[in-house]
Amino acid sequence: MNRREFVLSSVRTAASVSLLGLGLSLYSRQASSLPAWALRPPGALPEADFQGACIRCGLCVRDCPFDMLHLARLGQNIPTGTPYFIAREAGCEMCEDIPCVAACPSNALDHSLTDINDADMGLAIISDQEACIAFQGLRCEVCFNICPIRGDAIRLEYRHSKRPGQQALFIPVVYAEHCTGCGKCEEACILEEAAIKVLPRHLIQGKLAQHDRLNSNGSL
Amino acid sequence: MADSRRLSTDSRKPWLKRHRWLLLRRFNQLGVLFMFLLGPLFGAWLVTGNLSSSMTLDILPLTDPLLLTQSMLSGSWPATTGLIGAGLVLLFYALLGGRVFCSWVCPVNLVTDLAAWLRRRLGIRSSARLSRNLRWWLLGLVLLLPVLTGTMVWEYVNPVSMLHRGLIFGIGWAWLILAAVFLYDLLIVSRGWCGHLCPVGACYAAIGVAAPVHIAAPRRDQCDDCLDCFKVCPEPQVIKPALKGSALRSGGRHDPVIDSIDCTKCGRCIEVCDRDVFGLRLGWRGQDQQINSKLSEPTASLKQQGLQH
Repeated sequence: MNRREFVLSSVRTAASVSLLGLGLSLYSRQASSLPAWALRPPGALPEADFQGACIRCGLCVRDCPFDMLHLARLGQNIPTGTPYFIAREAGCEMCEDIPCVAACPSNALDHSLTDINDADMGLAIISDQEACIAFQGLRCEVCFNICPIRGDAIRLEYRHSKRPGQQALFIPVVYAEHCTGCGKCEEACILEEAAIKVLPRHLIQGKLAQHDRLNSNGSL
Repeated sequence: MADSRRLSTDSRKPWLKRHRWLLLRRFNQLGVLFMFLLGPLFGAWLVTGNLSSSMTLDILPLTDPLLLTQSMLSGSWPATTGLIGAGLVLLFYALLGGRVFCSWVCPVNLVTDLAAWLRRRLGIRSSARLSRNLRWWLLGLVLLLPVLTGTMVWEYVNPVSMLHRGLIFGIGWAWLILAAVFLYDLLIVSRGWCGHLCPVGACYAAIGVAAPVHIAAPRRDQCDDCLDCFKVCPEPQVIKPALKGSALRSGGRHDPVIDSIDCTKCGRCIEVCDRDVFGLRLGWRGQDQQINSKLSEPTASLKQQGLQH
């Protein structure tokens, strides 16, 4: 092979490989989108970083004592090989020693998370007040009672009923500061379709513009 | 050499002797898989995780160095167990020869070996020409994409991890990728995946660049050119210099040692040879690029080392 042939064949190969790389990258952009109903284990890096860090070994899945984590399979709408859980099926039990994080070899589940109450898997929201029976004056309180951070992440708040003959409403209110997104409330909701749901925090939480804030914690 | 499909039929060796390396290899491959499956199938969790990263008996972490490197190139720093695990795997294959992973551990080898066997039995001779160096380009791509995109792009298609993870955690549609690899190997390019494209294999080849374990052809003067070794070899280009002694650029004679990092040390050449031309050789690569060694018995330590993994 002379020099000309060598350069030509190298350029050809480089061009083909670049095209392949482009195709793979485009595919990966689509393949890496995570649906809102699939939640990451505690300590997971922000989704974009998580996709780079996670080596898809499944050690977190295996070390979960409650078997509520799964590895996505090819064909599911979840990035293949990455761990997730579905709150409605089984929420995170919030183990104190956080075995899933301890098992992670890549730090995709951040080992700096040492207090499970600091986890941020998502945020609960009463997604349907018309369906939630607490808003109809019934004393359900299941989500309030099952919440691992009971009384802080979900509080029952008293309101007067406007309906004749009803004394009061005790409605569940989620406090974003305390909610870890474990999903137990959604799992436990007694309705056929849960009226409280856990979704990624950025889809739910509002935020004041910087110039409207009076103090550092973001409140007025 | 009447029938190119079959190996020499006048073999004087008994069947078992002609297949002992193959049997050992299958035993090792399936054994590794079985260890991983003990948990999911029988609840005996000796090993958890998969080949990407695993934990054995709660104490021995093993991590695929290529995957951890991609993870780091995407901009994250791994946990200590990940680093230790990758270090152990690096050490193991640096000593034993990187592509020992390919022929003794990797589950895709079962698929591509089946394709190669079927190719031989069906007499499929045609094969598209493809450079065996393509895998190095792909390895470069695999390492570049996490830097550019911040995502482990290769893991969306990697047949190696897809198959192993799939067998343990559920395969979904990933079997289609393996079917594609099988058909591609069978119909399009002979030894097309493992021998030409797989960047995982290329990475392991690089890891084993200085490994002191070699296949050699110490009795090459006995060779009767039956070509059986070339037919069974997944990387036939590595045999010729050692067997024919003619590949040194300087014009000198080549050592009877297969020193290419592409050699997967599967041992098939050793056992198919009627004249016992091949054997196992141990020795570090000297400064003159020759292998300093003495011959060891063909049945030596690969067996035990392979099983330990």
